[in-house]
Amino acid sequence: MIKLTINQKKHQVDVDPDTPLLWVLRDTLGLVGTKYGCGVAQCGACVVHLNGEAVRSCVTKVSRAAGQKVVTIEGLAARADHPLQKAWLELDVAQCGYCQSGQIMSAAVLLKENKNPTDADIDAAMAGNICRCGTYLRIRDAIRLAAEMQRNPSKG
Amino acid sequence: MTQQKTSITRRSFLKSSALAGGGLMISFTWLSAFSPADTKNAPDVNENWMEINGYIKITPDNIIKILNPNPEFGQNVMTSLPMIVAEELEADWQKVVVEMGPHDSVKLGPQFTGGSNSVRMYWKPLREAGAAARHVLMEAAAQTWGVPVEEVTTKAGMLYHERSGKSGTYGSFASKAAAIPIPKEVKLKEVKNFNVVRSSRKNVEGLKIVSGKPLFGLDYQQPGMLIAMIEHPPAFGMKLKSFDAAEALKLPGIKDVFSQKLYEDGFEQGGFDTRSFNDLLVVVGNTTWEVMKARKKLKVQWEPAGDTKDTMGGRGGKREVLVPGELESTDAQLRKMQEYAAKPAQQLRKDGDPETAFKNAAQVIERTYNAPFLAHNCLEPMNFFAHVTDEKALLVGPLQAPGWTEPTLSKVLNLPADKIEIRMTRMGGGFGRRAYGHYLTEAALISKKVKAPVKLVYTREDDMTYGIYRPMYTATYRAALDANKNLIAFHVKGGGIPEHAIHANRFPAGAVDNYLAEGWQIPSNITIGAFRAPRSNFNAAAEQSFLDELAEAMGKDPIDFRLDLLKRAKENPVGKNNEYDADRYAQVLKLVQEKSGWNKAENKKYSRGVAAYFCHNSYAAHVVDMVMRDGQPYVERVVSAIDCGIVINPDAATNMVQGAVVDGIGNALYGALTHKNGAAEQTNFYNYRMIRMHEAPQKIDVHFVQSDTDPTGLGEPPFPPVFGAVANALYQVAGKRFYQQPFSLQLNSLGVL
Ligand code: FES
Ligand code: FES
Repeated sequence: MIKLTINQKKHQVDVDPDTPLLWVLRDTLGLVGTKYGCGVAQCGACVVHLNGEAVRSCVTKVSRAAGQKVVTIEGLAARADHPLQKAWLELDVAQCGYCQSGQIMSAAVLLKENKNPTDADIDAAMAGNICRCGTYLRIRDAIRLAAEMQRNPSKG
Repeated sequence: MTQQKTSITRRSFLKSSALAGGGLMISFTWLSAFSPADTKNAPDVNENWMEINGYIKITPDNIIKILNPNPEFGQNVMTSLPMIVAEELEADWQKVVVEMGPHDSVKLGPQFTGGSNSVRMYWKPLREAGAAARHVLMEAAAQTWGVPVEEVTTKAGMLYHERSGKSGTYGSFASKAAAIPIPKEVKLKEVKNFNVVRSSRKNVEGLKIVSGKPLFGLDYQQPGMLIAMIEHPPAFGMKLKSFDAAEALKLPGIKDVFSQKLYEDGFEQGGFDTRSFNDLLVVVGNTTWEVMKARKKLKVQWEPAGDTKDTMGGRGGKREVLVPGELESTDAQLRKMQEYAAKPAQQLRKDGDPETAFKNAAQVIERTYNAPFLAHNCLEPMNFFAHVTDEKALLVGPLQAPGWTEPTLSKVLNLPADKIEIRMTRMGGGFGRRAYGHYLTEAALISKKVKAPVKLVYTREDDMTYGIYRPMYTATYRAALDANKNLIAFHVKGGGIPEHAIHANRFPAGAVDNYLAEGWQIPSNITIGAFRAPRSNFNAAAEQSFLDELAEAMGKDPIDFRLDLLKRAKENPVGKNNEYDADRYAQVLKLVQEKSGWNKAENKKYSRGVAAYFCHNSYAAHVVDMVMRDGQPYVERVVSAIDCGIVINPDAATNMVQGAVVDGIGNALYGALTHKNGAAEQTNFYNYRMIRMHEAPQKIDVHFVQSDTDPTGLGEPPFPPVFGAVANALYQVAGKRFYQQPFSLQLNSLGVL
């Protein structure tokens, strides 16, 4: 049994300790907001927060997450009202939408660490997230908008 | 208002079903097929829906549910198609709930996402459905109030009778309206009175997307569901010989390992039944990871398949097609393409006397362009859920063309079509790939064999190496100039593996007196399929680069040169069957010329490339502005001009064009799938380079031609000309022409990148 805290909820899972966190989230716990895109840390669709850091859950063994705090897209904000989520809706970023939870989870760590990211900061922080539909320009804009909302909550 | 014959009366729906479903009636199980409503749009409603017609349901408390008929893969039809209904219905968009319709070609029409056709093919039926629903609501109110229907008006989901001061919601008349026959003729709104269509509305699934709700096929789960994967041969031209699964079966969670034939010998394949491998080695287990681990323990022997035969059905009647057994490599393929290019080819179109014109030319310019196979790389890999029993089949997942897959399933499973229910989830991209439903059929057969609900999952590697690629193309263009540098003849000879890309009746056909188009093809065992703007995505790269080079040789501005040719095509067209409208083509060029500040001094800092193309009934032109950044060429800005008729949802349409531009830049610079001894050399995103955030432009300005013409496609048309515009901008940056895709390879060898 491996003990996990995901989105502030405690779980016990009976899986092989080398199982990637991604598949525990998706298959075992039914938290399917975290996506599978490549399985080899190349696309960012599977990004979750482990103790506040962005990790690729497809290459993170569940044993590494044992006893740690995991946050997934489902738990990013109680009412899906994180500034990034609001900005994403405001700018209608998504096309197919498949990459977007990973994009938002990567951006959330950027904004936590850097309240006022430059374009270069954004590009660097987001380089690990592929959007096959090519929504990069709107992702950039939405991160800028969310940063502004965060600095100046009345804008939200 | 325009008076229109309704084509969607209940009766004619049933009639048309006989054609669409090949005589198979389909039972309506759709109330059970609904997914939960969008939380943002769905207030607490009692589920007392009145069906007004196939697309529209209304509750007594005035919630309007509009079914989106067409599969959603990011083109935003979940929003744009219901907008069309809401426009004619005069619904209050805030009170509209949108749901994905089930597969039901009788009530919901052709249900096909592809060919940039979603809006184009549903524009009229959905307008009529909305208008007809509005009409029966008005009838119901008129009967209740005892007033003439002509005096009833509607606005934002309300009915009014001005003289008596009576009013009521659509909901309060819904049950009565549901019993009123659909009129034979309905009035459609005039374009100038649109207030939903042509105004930007947010993606109705936006909230679900940003909060990680289950939406996609891979997200679908059922109690007791197993996971299946297929180990396919390591190379095209190979097949399964034998396997030993003893070790794999010992692993926890593994249920079964078996081989399964997909199509029986002689199975008549339709055009979208393409499959790369017929003998499937299947691993079934409880969870994805357990199955992935078990696959590593399989001991498998593969063997050369040799030449095989496929039986093709379809329009041309039954025929056998030879699939060569060779294990192909990219180098050899390129050599073979050169050989074929030197041989006589099939003539596709000829105007005037090109041979003589070339003989008498003062100057002949000849250039050859090549492009590799491309993998679609939808971010959600292929997958499908299936639960097949002796009586019926339920299939759930991402699919572009349920109507094409269902007959195949019916044959393979030996079940009548009305026992097969296909539910379409949101797709994590499609780009043409998901029109080929082999993975549904595979999932269905696996479920049938293991007698359990199963989700078939392709890993990224399975997906990328499976095939159904954009073909490998080449084309040689020749132009003849006279002593005054006038263009007197144009010749294109194109080929490919396993098809050529030439559209013989497209521009510049019709604009040059002496014109010749030819094509040839090399059979292959590497499977191909539609890829965002099939064929056009290569033509627009090659032809638009060639025109750029030609303009330079003729001493003309590249936009003016194209406009001159289009003027000729308009005023005095050469030949017949020219597919494009020269005026509309010229208009996007003029628009991009204006909006990009073409030839303006302030843009001198950019290396600029222009290209335009017509495909899927729409016109697109781009100006790509490149700069050098950190020693590398970078597309900083793009200006796009598009004519796709009426734009339904402008902001979403802009998003789609921006996406197509980014996709085009990425594929032009980096996209390539190569082979060695039949095996794909790229297997995942570490060796198949995808465009990333820092490589995307800072700005993509999208301009639509203001038009009252019925809408045409948008998903594909903006994509092809990006390749040409990138090539032409690269020439300005590097001083060298780029003939081989992906262009990053040539940049590497120039030491620029
Ligand atoms: S699935 Fe983890 S990075 Fe792609
Ligand atoms: S929106 Fe489709 S992959 Fe990003």
